[in-house]
Amino acid sequence: MEALELARWQFGITTVYHYFFVPITIGLSLLVAILQTLWMRTRNPEWLRLTKFFGKLFTINFALGLVTGIVQEFQFGMNWSDYSRFVGDIFGAPLAIEALLAFFLESTFLGLWIFGWGRIPELLHASCMWIVHIGTVLSAYFILAANSFMQHPVGFVNNPETGRAELTDFWAVLTNPVQLVTFPHVLAAAWMTGGGFMLAIALWHVWRARTPASDRRMYRRAAAIGAVTILVGGLGTVISGDLQGKVMTEVQPMKMAAAEALYDSVPEGEGAPFSIITVGTLDGHEEVWALTVPKLLSYLSTGTFEGGVEGINDLQAEYTLTYAGHELTEAENYRPVVPVTYWTFRLMMGFGFAAMGIAAAALLWLWRGWDMRHRLWHWAAVAVAFLPLLANSWGWIFTEMGRQPWLVFGLMTTRTGVSPGTTTAEVLTSMVLFTLLYGVLAVIEVGLILRYTRAGAEPYDGKSLDPADRTDDQPFVFTY
Amino acid sequence: MELSTVWFVLIAVLWVGYFVLEGFDFGVGALFPVLGKGDEAMDGETRKRVMLSTIGPVWDGNEVWLITAGGAMFAAFPHWYATLFSGFYLPLFLILVALILRALGFDYRGKVDSAVWRRRWDLCIVAGSVVPAVLWGIAFTNIVRGVPIDASMEYTGGFLSLLNPVALLGGVVLLGLSVTHGAMFLALKTDGPIRHEARALAVRVGGVTAVLAAVWLAIIHRDTGTALSWLVAGLAAAALGGSLVLARRGAEGWAFTGTFAAIGLAVASLFFALFPDVMPSSTDPAFSLTTTNASSTDYTLLIMTWVAAFFVPVVLAYTAFTYWTFRKRVSGHHIPTPQAVGEEPAHTR
Ligand code: HDD
Ligand code: HEM
Ligand code: HEM
Repeated sequence: MEALELARWQFGITTVYHYFFVPITIGLSLLVAILQTLWMRTRNPEWLRLTKFFGKLFTINFALGLVTGIVQEFQFGMNWSDYSRFVGDIFGAPLAIEALLAFFLESTFLGLWIFGWGRIPELLHASCMWIVHIGTVLSAYFILAANSFMQHPVGFVNNPETGRAELTDFWAVLTNPVQLVTFPHVLAAAWMTGGGFMLAIALWHVWRARTPASDRRMYRRAAAIGAVTILVGGLGTVISGDLQGKVMTEVQPMKMAAAEALYDSVPEGEGAPFSIITVGTLDGHEEVWALTVPKLLSYLSTGTFEGGVEGINDLQAEYTLTYAGHELTEAENYRPVVPVTYWTFRLMMGFGFAAMGIAAAALLWLWRGWDMRHRLWHWAAVAVAFLPLLANSWGWIFTEMGRQPWLVFGLMTTRTGVSPGTTTAEVLTSMVLFTLLYGVLAVIEVGLILRYTRAGAEPYDGKSLDPADRTDDQPFVFTY
Repeated sequence: MELSTVWFVLIAVLWVGYFVLEGFDFGVGALFPVLGKGDEAMDGETRKRVMLSTIGPVWDGNEVWLITAGGAMFAAFPHWYATLFSGFYLPLFLILVALILRALGFDYRGKVDSAVWRRRWDLCIVAGSVVPAVLWGIAFTNIVRGVPIDASMEYTGGFLSLLNPVALLGGVVLLGLSVTHGAMFLALKTDGPIRHEARALAVRVGGVTAVLAAVWLAIIHRDTGTALSWLVAGLAAAALGGSLVLARRGAEGWAFTGTFAAIGLAVASLFFALFPDVMPSSTDPAFSLTTTNASSTDYTLLIMTWVAAFFVPVVLAYTAFTYWTFRKRVSGHHIPTPQAVGEEPAHTR
């Protein structure tokens, strides 16, 4: 393999890995903040116990999100230096602003939250977790603005003198039409993930024989909060996802065609079918057999049942005419890998709907006493921790792979963005070692999460958390 | 002043902020095996947890100075970011691995009640503190003194050419400064045996470091310095010397201020020597990256300037608030009995 392929693998592996922790952080910070607010308002110790329980799990997860994020930040320069030179004028700003606005906020207020128990006023302490959540949302906004630029570049000119893309309208970058639909989609998907995490852990405690009977009500409440979060987040993802499909058809029609394995254009007035299963030839040029829902694709991508949708083969011909012959945009094949885009798109939606189904069933059981004694439900409860998480991964792999061969759509192919000076040996070393290290860390992290999950919420000790009641020589409540 | 100069200054400020803050985190981590050894006064585990509690609430915020410095270089000087990060590939990779292990060590070492588990993470903390301090010293010495860069702004030297004697000295100096700084920090932030041992250690390590730092700074500024950079380097040396004297007299607060100033001024002197280059080329001065040929457009710089003008003060305010909140000294009786989840008690099985 060459440096290019290795750099792509390294970016894919480290980013997908980083993104295992990100949605849990975003979703769980919101849920812990809600639990702590409930404790402040009701003074029911169950909420405090849940706050500490999920708070501990949150910090375990946060640590890995943080360390893998630093790798992301450095990687553009290390592996994609020509890309960094070409778009730095535009792309660097959201990254720097993300650090200044979001990362300082998250890390400082999480420090205050972890070490502040009993040491800062209770109201301030509860606000810290809300501020952490706001930090994660800001972080998502700016990094997604950067990513949306790569999907659909706006607010710039191509300067032939300096040989790079230069910013002309920063507001346009921050309000990129792709960004405006991607941000709500990603945020809602992250809330779903936090909800799935909470629902799975709470249900497990409700059903476990060893859970003290007096704690069951507490875990049922946590389960209800998790399930409602999945359903609310799910509704948001579906609505925003539908809007995304329409924007995508307009700005990246090839990605939509590849998501649907639609090889030949369907003209206006006929109505394109939505594929349930399509089998194509492996080179991605032709359809062999398909099971479809008539006209649904036209609706998804244009909002009417009759709208025309362009197909892969016609787009390929069109892109060749427009882009071939220029160094940065030359490519033999403007088609993404169709089986990947096709299946990841379906898995994303499928996993999301499955999680929503389990959440709805759990609510019926909690509120109506629906019968969930069958063993299968226990497996479903475990699965619901992972379904939204994996749906997130599928979504990203779809979005990023569907963009190929472009690095920045219409401006620069992935091939031309790689660092010209780094050697295959360097990239190989870092890729192999990162992968091994990340593998070991995953085992450690999962082990810790399971251990703390199994231990359950600590009993309420009745001690005051008001700093006025604390003398200086008392032990700290939380510390490393 | 031109906007690209403003951003050169801001990036210098971010790196200075990173080294003066993360410097004591590195020092505390590197001193784990020394000050964390148990004796009759206090057992080793309690010592280590006292040490960790001093930096616990702040180290993550300190590390964000690095992330922001990286982001700001990307935004304001894309060519600087691209050349440096792709050129210094392996050292940066090692720094990343070290920072990963260190951060997880802080967070995870107390999470399982097992001696083996803690020992392994302690190792990660020590390595994760020593390695980045040394490598950053090596990297910055090379940046200031110039490295082979060709006409298309690509670094053409290998990994080994970065390991020249002056750069290695720079690595040792940055480690020494961090250890001294960390010891001063512990003397200021703890009570009990660690406080006194840390103070004595700071004076000893600081003495050796002062000599090495003087040599290192003199070589750098002799070759690439200006009158101003000499002056700032001289102030750095004076601050370090003053700090050691104050530490011997027991003025811990002022002594810490001294090492704080010494690191800050030493790093600032490197940026004074660098300007107006950002990465001088040793192949041909005409190939050097400068604040002009490496920078972003004025439009981007202007937006970034506004953002920085609004938000840097806010960040400084809440950072100061955290330091103020956790200003009290930590000692053994603050450390709760382990809260880690060990093996589950047998009767619940
Ligand atoms: C700020 C920019 C940015 C952001 C937020 C993301 N990506 Fe991306 N992604 C890129 C910028 C990028 C890139 C630099 O453009 C890559 C590197 C190689 C490539 O083709 O595009 C890329 C490639 C890439 C690949 C490999 C594609 C290939 O090699 O063909 C995957 C699987 C992902 N990304 C997944 C993700 C995930 C899971 C993300 C969520 C965190 C994500 N991306 C966010
Ligand atoms: C490839 C692009 C990305 C880069 C360069 C990047 C960079 C970083 C960095 C440097 C950190 C550590 C911050 C700290 O020290 O606290 C981090 C953490 C984080 N990032 Fe990313 N990130 C990327 C993708 C994303 C995306 C797409 C999102 C959200 C949609 C995101 C959301 C977060 C959040 C919420 C954290 C907090 C820490 C955690 O997850 O536990 N990141 N990221
Ligand atoms: C019916 C439901 C859904 C639809 C119609 C939908 C639609 C889409 C579309 C069209 C994209 C690609 C956007 C682009 O590349 O421009 C996308 C991406 C994505 N989806 Fe979904 N989605 C749905 C459900 C979900 C669920 C349940 C999750 C996770 C819990 C999820 C997570 C993601 C993520 C993380 C991305 C990548 C980031 C982005 O581009 O927004 N999606 N989705």
